Amino acid sequence: MPSPKRIGQIEFGLLSPKEIREMSVRKIIWADTYDDDGFPYPQGLMDLNLGVIDPGLRCKTCDQKASECPGHFGHIELAKPVIHVGYTRLIRKLLRVTCRACGRVLLSPEEIEKVVGTEDDQTGDILSEKDVKKERVCPHCGEQQLKINFEKPTTFSEVMIEDGKKVEHKLTPADIRARMEKIPNEDLIPLGINPDVARPEWTILTVLPVPPVTMRPSIILENGQRSEDDLTHKLVDIIRINQRFKENQDAGAPQLIIEDLWELLQYHVTTYLDNEVAGCPPARHRSGRPLKTLSQRLKGKDGRFRGSLSGKRVNFSSRTVISPDPNLSVSQVGVPRAVANEMTIPVRVTAYNIEELKQIVRTGPLRPNVNAPCGANYVIRPDNRRLRLGADNLDTVADMIEPGWTVERQLRDNDVVLFNRQPSLHRMSIMAHRVKVMEGRTFRLNPAVCPPYNADFDGDEMNMHVPQTEEARAEANILLSVHENILSPRFGGPIIGGIHDHVSGIFMLTHDTRWFTKEEALYLLRYTNIEHMPPPGKKEGGVEYWSNKQVFSQILPEHLNMVFRASSCQNCDTCKKELCDRDAYVRIIDGKLECGTIDKKAIGAFDGQIVNRIIRQQGMKRASVFIDDLTKLSIRAIMFDGFSFGIDDEDLSKTEYGQIDEVLKNAALDVTRRIKIYEDGQLEPMPGRTVEETLEMQIMQVLGKARDQTGQIAGRHLGLGNSAVVMAVSGARGSMLNLTQMAGCIGQQSVRGERIVRGYDDRTLPHFRKGDRGSDAHGFIQHSYKGGLNPTEFFFHAIGGREGLVDTAVRTSQSGYLQRRMINALQDLKVAYDGTVRTTGGRIIQFEYGEDGTDPTKSAFGDPVDVKGIVESILKEEV
Amino acid sequence: MSTKLTVLDHVMVPEHKIMSEEDVSKLLERYNITTEQLPKIYHDDPAVKEIGANADDVIRIIRASHTAGRAEAYRLVVRRPKK
Repeated sequence: MPSPKRIGQIEFGLLSPKEIREMSVRKIIWADTYDDDGFPYPQGLMDLNLGVIDPGLRCKTCDQKASECPGHFGHIELAKPVIHVGYTRLIRKLLRVTCRACGRVLLSPEEIEKVVGTEDDQTGDILSEKDVKKERVCPHCGEQQLKINFEKPTTFSEVMIEDGKKVEHKLTPADIRARMEKIPNEDLIPLGINPDVARPEWTILTVLPVPPVTMRPSIILENGQRSEDDLTHKLVDIIRINQRFKENQDAGAPQLIIEDLWELLQYHVTTYLDNEVAGCPPARHRSGRPLKTLSQRLKGKDGRFRGSLSGKRVNFSSRTVISPDPNLSVSQVGVPRAVANEMTIPVRVTAYNIEELKQIVRTGPLRPNVNAPCGANYVIRPDNRRLRLGADNLDTVADMIEPGWTVERQLRDNDVVLFNRQPSLHRMSIMAHRVKVMEGRTFRLNPAVCPPYNADFDGDEMNMHVPQTEEARAEANILLSVHENILSPRFGGPIIGGIHDHVSGIFMLTHDTRWFTKEEALYLLRYTNIEHMPPPGKKEGGVEYWSNKQVFSQILPEHLNMVFRASSCQNCDTCKKELCDRDAYVRIIDGKLECGTIDKKAIGAFDGQIVNRIIRQQGMKRASVFIDDLTKLSIRAIMFDGFSFGIDDEDLSKTEYGQIDEVLKNAALDVTRRIKIYEDGQLEPMPGRTVEETLEMQIMQVLGKARDQTGQIAGRHLGLGNSAVVMAVSGARGSMLNLTQMAGCIGQQSVRGERIVRGYDDRTLPHFRKGDRGSDAHGFIQHSYKGGLNPTEFFFHAIGGREGLVDTAVRTSQSGYLQRRMINALQDLKVAYDGTVRTTGGRIIQFEYGEDGTDPTKSAFGDPVDVKGIVESILKEEV
Repeated sequence: MSTKLTVLDHVMVPEHKIMSEEDVSKLLERYNITTEQLPKIYHDDPAVKEIGANADDVIRIIRASHTAGRAEAYRLVVRRPKK
């Protein structure tokens, strides 16, 4: 490999007409491409000197074949000069700062020095249009300057005053070019132009380079017709007009016609360079599609830079919809057979694996079912020739194989693959899984790995990549496998853990005390990795019973000691510990759950106290076994009782409805009373607030309190027998607020944290009186989702809901852009071996990573040492 | 009489000290770097002006840190380039 070279300098300049002619291999004069026989016209746009794209032909310039010839530039001699659209800004500036007669900068040397700086301290600015006052007199030749008007895209004109009237006099590109030529080299330097590489007159084109055919190849359609590239189309237009222009010029056509043609030529050259210029209708294809010309090839997301150079397409990858499968391990991924049959891994034939590989080759490209051994799609001979395996050649090829060959084997169970979901916002967005070939058409994954990918199953698609070399597979296995990524570097806790039904299920299993018979206990634990049952917790009437806490303890590691409070903990002032009414005090001694309920705090993604402790004490491997066991146990547990939610689960009894009505009525009365006080001018404003603001705040407070009260009333009726309550208390999904809104009262709708005030003059809707400050006139919804909203409430609800949608849309786009900028700024920084954070150039950014040198992944939720955890596991007591 | 504000007295401004040449050479040796690889600070930074450091001096900044309690940083004083 050639050694990398350091770039000494990069020079940015303009191509001069001379350079364009020098690099050109052919002058192009004909607008035609191919003749009737399909052969390129000499001196046409597809001239053989410009390179070849048809196989079999040779380039007339370099005598190479189609695949080897890099292509060569040609040129078109323009009948008259035209402006390059990319430089109109520069041209405007130069016209405005230089003299129309002598070409010098319209400033005296002293004035220039003021802006640019002195000879030896050139640290100032470059000259800009603002530094030259309008319509002044040239300090060098005394010429009166005129105002220069610029009209997009390419029209320049001088404003003269004739008989007291302003008259615009158009400047032709030729006039402009003449003025540019007059600017002396010395005057260009303070303008920020290096005259050695960029003379200003080169911004006006007199000769146009014709790009090689290799960058605008024509494609042959199915019906044998040729279809030319957009660039070729545009060049055809330019040559046609140029030709007509020349003929008219030679024939001595009237000035008017010449000017029209000149403008037309200018239009074509402009759109050839950039087809999205402001003030210029884009050139279109016959079908009405705008042409993709030079600047469109570079610009934007699919342009050359972002689309082709920074981002590329990749082989050995596949993409399909994902769906859940709780019976898989978190480190597995279910791969459809159709995908597994298509994707391959190259295996080199050696004396040790030759028999196995022969068998694989004999199986061929079609694997009959997911349990059958894998086949192969290609074999590669030692001379690098590929042989495709088909039904007809399997046995012949299998017999030919010998060490030195390579077999492209299909994917099979336990292969390492990378699994990814966009947007890849953190490193856990790509993780290595083990393949499990399955029937069906979707990728399957354990729902416990959804949080790191931020995946759900409402139609999400994910990508899979197959590493092709031993090194890649080893790296994937060691650095990217799921169990290496349970801990998130974002907060130093587990990001993989139970979600939704796992949390509900394990909550229902472990809450309070229940007893299971042997059959029941084994039903729950059937799919977990346990070897023996503990002695039964109690015997009654000769029947052995195991407690629910015993069942859960089976999946815990043996020496686990911890004490914590579950998510259902209410943070009472004095904790009753073991005697907690809600069974929220969790105590695990020597791997046995003594008391407490397991819920989100213990095993959930992002919280997962138990998962976290297992990782610290016994490693990632044991933790991933625990998560596997947990997902299986919890799913069995939720199936043991069944779990569902229906509309009648939101029903309350008559008493509760009466109480809710009472509360809402009182709140409405309270609001009217406060409004009365305000209207009487008796309201005392709060410090720093106006009277109106104070009233608004009081109303919001009263109504908020009323809603919470209805929630409490509903909550009294709905106990842990209600699925929504179980989900809210265990932290699986939803909150008591959601329940309040379903059963009690939806409450105040707000826009920007205030009651809804917009709408008509002094009122929100024509249903209300002007100036009505009542609760229902400003978006308080006193009904529940179950009870149903009245029309005005429904309308207010839509207003409040829209704000939420807009907020999410704005937030994602803004934070996405922020993250992109952060990544671009930080991507090359790394922590050196001495603990410093450095750039690639070795410059120090931080003298100790994070100032304390702590890896956040290995930290205990940010702290370098988990003192509490260590003491707890030794003392087996809460500290 | 005008009272002059000393930025160093402000609670948000960490301690700035000019390092001796000996300390600087030790520092460079410790991290195996040249002064160019140090983070920079402009000569007209209020704190730098306050302690009277000049271009090419290295200053030690000791600040309270959320993570480490106390963190030291070193910066090379450079002239602010004119715009």
